[in-house]
Amino acid sequence: MKRLIINNKEYDSRLILGTGKYKDFDETASSVEASGCEMVTVAIRRMNIGQDKKSKNLLDVISPKNYTILPNTAGCYTSEDAVRTCELAAELLSGEMLVKLEVLSDSKTLYPNVIETIKASEVLVKKGFKVMVYTTDDPIIAKELENIGCECIMPLGSAIGSGLGIINEYNIKEIIENATVPVIVDAGVGTASDACIAMELGCDGVLMNTAIACAKHPVLMASAMKNAVIAGRDAFKAGRITKKEIGTASSPVHGLVTDD
Amino acid sequence: MNIILNNTKEEIQDGTTVHQLLRYKNINNKYIAVEINRNVLPKSDHHKYVIQDGDKIEIITAIGGG
Repeated sequence: MKRLIINNKEYDSRLILGTGKYKDFDETASSVEASGCEMVTVAIRRMNIGQDKKSKNLLDVISPKNYTILPNTAGCYTSEDAVRTCELAAELLSGEMLVKLEVLSDSKTLYPNVIETIKASEVLVKKGFKVMVYTTDDPIIAKELENIGCECIMPLGSAIGSGLGIINEYNIKEIIENATVPVIVDAGVGTASDACIAMELGCDGVLMNTAIACAKHPVLMASAMKNAVIAGRDAFKAGRITKKEIGTASSPVHGLVTDD
Repeated sequence: MNIILNNTKEEIQDGTTVHQLLRYKNINNKYIAVEINRNVLPKSDHHKYVIQDGDKIEIITAIGGG
């Protein structure tokens, strides 16, 4: 079975989890484990200086030994801030160059700023970063980012944290058909069927955070997402039937006992 | 001398290295990165770099995010 390959590493799981919005580290760890994911994304922020020496850090709970840590540039609104954040992330993670690039337009819509995203991608790729880039579901921009040298294209399903699912399946399909790098839907997943649809469309993976962290039972939702991603991938590989406008009988039409 | 540490004014002793500052602040987490005046300071240089008056120092870490 063909596995997901990112930055020359193979993954069995096609689900990537964000680690924000959980109640505590225990819930984060339990959800990550239940999801079966092998890659998690983390935010890069100023340290809370003066905290208890013994208080845990996220990476003490989600160890880089067990998971690929994908630092993100969430909260950046310019290419300069995003590049700076990536350089700090690489130092933090002992030289690991895999990053999730996310440059937003404004804090209300959280929509990607495509112009700044392209600028940052060009700089980061030149610096040797392996860029998994969050972007709009515009197929032209997606191809542009691939041509720049991004490792992976991550179009939104819908706005971050919205839970609206995949609002433009046709665009996502178009992006997948044009791409020679992995395509991972990032943002917008609300429940398991959304993840399943993304995979049925042919996505190489799905990245999510809020749908699990803010579910009533995050660990159970994490498990549901794991199953949804597997089911969707299998369905994609199996090949769905063509949609028809009218019904087609499943049972033979001949040999009925009522036939005269 | 005065520095800006994570956007807050601090007074520290002359001749303090980054390594000493981290110890003084009880930061023993290995998952951090230090930036001096917008330049990343590699961990291998924490012992060597003597903090200068007016330095803007950022100590960052990884936290939960999506």
